[in-house]
Amino acid sequence: MSTDKVITAEQLTKRFGDFTAVDAISFDVYKGEIFGFLGANGAGKTTAMRMLSGLSMPTSGKASVAGFDVYKENEKIKQNIGYMSQKFSLYEDLTVKENIRFYAGIYGKSDQFIKEKTALVLEQLHLTAEGNKLVKSLPLGWKQKLAFSVAIFHEPQIVFLDEPTGGVDPVTRREFWNMIYLAAEAGITVFVTTHYMDEAEYCNRVSIMVDGRIDALDTPEQLKRTYGVTSMDDVFLKLARKAVRSAD
Amino acid sequence: MFILLGMPVVQIIIFGFALTNEVKNSKIAILDPSKDAATTSLIAQMEASRYFEVDQVIHSAEEIEPIFKKGKIKLAVIFPANFNEDLQHFNKAQVQLIADASDPNVANTLTNYATAVIMDYQNRITSDRKLPYTINTEMRMLYNPELKGAYNFVPGVMAMVLLLVCTMMTAITIVREKEMGTMEIMLVSPMKPFRIVIAKAVPYLLLSSVNIASILLLSVFVLDVPINGSLVLLVFESLLFTLVSLALGLLISSKAESQQTAMFISLVALFLPTVMLSGFMFPVENMPLPLRTVSNIVPAKWYYSIVKSVMIKGIGLHAVWKETLILMGMLVFFLGLAIKNFKIRLA
Amino acid sequence: MKSVVVNNISKRYGSKKAVTTALRGISFEVDKGELFGIIGPDGAGKTSLFRILTTLLLAEEGTATVDGLDVVKAYKAIRQRVGYMPGRFSLYQDLTVKENLDFFATIFNTSVEENYDLIKDIYSQIEPFKDRKAGKLSGGMKQKLALSCALIHRPSVLFLDEPTTGVDAVSRKEFWEMLRKLKEQQITILVSTPYMDEASLCDKVALIQSGKILSIDTPEGVVRSFGKKIIAVKSSNMLNLLADLKKTELLEDAYPFGEYHHAVLKNESNEHELKNYLQQKGYPFEIKGTDPNIEDCFMALMKN
Repeated sequence: MSTDKVITAEQLTKRFGDFTAVDAISFDVYKGEIFGFLGANGAGKTTAMRMLSGLSMPTSGKASVAGFDVYKENEKIKQNIGYMSQKFSLYEDLTVKENIRFYAGIYGKSDQFIKEKTALVLEQLHLTAEGNKLVKSLPLGWKQKLAFSVAIFHEPQIVFLDEPTGGVDPVTRREFWNMIYLAAEAGITVFVTTHYMDEAEYCNRVSIMVDGRIDALDTPEQLKRTYGVTSMDDVFLKLARKAVRSAD
Repeated sequence: MFILLGMPVVQIIIFGFALTNEVKNSKIAILDPSKDAATTSLIAQMEASRYFEVDQVIHSAEEIEPIFKKGKIKLAVIFPANFNEDLQHFNKAQVQLIADASDPNVANTLTNYATAVIMDYQNRITSDRKLPYTINTEMRMLYNPELKGAYNFVPGVMAMVLLLVCTMMTAITIVREKEMGTMEIMLVSPMKPFRIVIAKAVPYLLLSSVNIASILLLSVFVLDVPINGSLVLLVFESLLFTLVSLALGLLISSKAESQQTAMFISLVALFLPTVMLSGFMFPVENMPLPLRTVSNIVPAKWYYSIVKSVMIKGIGLHAVWKETLILMGMLVFFLGLAIKNFKIRLA
Repeated sequence: MKSVVVNNISKRYGSKKAVTTALRGISFEVDKGELFGIIGPDGAGKTSLFRILTTLLLAEEGTATVDGLDVVKAYKAIRQRVGYMPGRFSLYQDLTVKENLDFFATIFNTSVEENYDLIKDIYSQIEPFKDRKAGKLSGGMKQKLALSCALIHRPSVLFLDEPTTGVDAVSRKEFWEMLRKLKEQQITILVSTPYMDEASLCDKVALIQSGKILSIDTPEGVVRSFGKKIIAVKSSNMLNLLADLKKTELLEDAYPFGEYHHAVLKNESNEHELKNYLQQKGYPFEIKGTDPNIEDCFMALMKN
């Protein structure tokens, strides 16, 4: 892991009327890091992710993603990040290859690049034989793995993963995390939210949001030591139980 | 996809060829007591034109009202007892044209055509004479002397509103329950499934009743369209049509899985045919046979014809019993189909 | 009498060309007052099973009874006595909390007052928001409202389809505490979940994958039948450690498990040899024996 910062946020704030969804959060994420972004429902995770991925304007504070300012250069940010969520992933009525082509095309990749990399990706996923099958015919676990490959197909600097493993079986979940590790080793920064506390352990560093603020940010090991508990589950429960607000 | 690509084609064909305001082969009645050379040749000329088709020859003025009420005859041509004599002696004669103006557009067109044929005849017999013959035409617009458009569109609007409110809204609200997942919970409750559906339909039944009332009040007091027939009969027929619409809404809701689908089916399968084939915009008589056949399964066509008869022409159940029976048949059929298709389970 | 009996149920979807099989000959029984967990990933067939038992779907094969009543023939009677909370929030979003509750009470021919004691613990938590529209509630509160509505007629069997999916760890804990309390009221509860860690909170669990039941037992029984020794190992470079673990013949399987990797020994006596093997690799590591849990068992069963 290097010391280059790919995401910096300083006092980043988002208000909706008199409701402060994200309350002056500050943190840095380093290149090639797997950064876990945890928080109870309604703590402000989604709003924060939207600001960082250039989809939503902050109310105040500063942030830069992949070297670009979130206020002025949000289009450039979008070029340099990948995004995947449990809900929005792939077009069910297109084949595996068509999905890849479509997303790579959006990011302006050349035909040559797409062709070579498609073959590589399908091989890594053991999907070579299924390249011309419709995505909807694949089991959920494969879809999620394919969606991740598609999200990093254009070789972004950062990939945002919003609960990527929800409802996935334990074996596929581990295969998925293995892919995350490989991507991180290749230098892609991974910014991930999850409800599985064992997955928090797989992150290099974990932040925990409570009521719009980041209440804790450290390595899983250090967090457990600080709060004097033995698992990330207990760390999370200790912090999240303090939450006052409960709106989504 | 087929619908998206096919629809414009179908519409162009329908509009271009089938739906015209032009009137062809309209059935007319002739009252010709004089039966002389002039009337015979004038009638022959009328029949020769593609606009008219002599349907019946009547023998007394008393027969005029009843044949119009039957609704087949759109125009009656009445000659005086001594047409030719008048013409020969005074160079002047009278013809009376009586039109069914419950559809003012058609009435207007027909009387214009008839006048043109008569003028044509007048010019022809005049051509070799110094003193011109004059044939005066006197026009009478039956049911709607002022040729008000409202006489035509009030029944049409009633059909459309009832269809929109009852069919589309019923279908959409029920399908919405499916989409929201609330149908799932309702089914797993002791509520009888059909009660759920009836409960959904009743508000729209009430709403349509209010709509009918407000349309009628507006027609009578603002647009001066009279209710010539029995109000009770009119309300009864409207309720019957409302029930048919509700049954159609239920049928759609049992097939559609999303609100968009429900809306699309309501629009394409019901709203468009109602506008185009009920006779409200374009006279059904002038459509080619296939379209005329199709128009028979459009409930609004029958309702529209009933409303016009009862409201504008002021005739009673004895004249619309056939239409009423057809609507009742449709109600039983569609309701039966809806009940048969209603799912007590999810799939 | 058994509360729920499922006998060789199969369910298929689709036309002749593209058939997806959701359930393949599933059988199990649930005792009265039991908290029965159906645990498996998305697409395992949990929702289909629940819909068959709540009379919403017909199975192609097999029979099932709820409270001794056949789910096909006696569907009306079953609908009188079960409570059902579908996976998706399925209340009227534009009605308030109070209106929703009253509405469902009316549908089930009862009143909120009549069974208030049953829902009191749950409903009192959302009562301060009783005039808020249901659509405007937070995830945790929606869930409490949905549960209150499902309980309003004092059902004898309660079906909860993935009540905790997408819910954070704190709300999940609270929810399971509520279920524990309900159990004391002698209500049979069937609950499905994709979260393996929730299995230990059930009296009995059925592990389900691809429409088949992998195992039915008490959570302790499932764990006991694992039959292999698991060693937890960690080091500073977990990726390298996993690669090394996967190479050795000593292990049946090795996979990440939170802070540690779990190494499943082929032979219980091989623990010492594993230690030696890792020492040869020349990096510091921590090693300890650990008990298998449901997730270990699920993976082992999946691989069979």
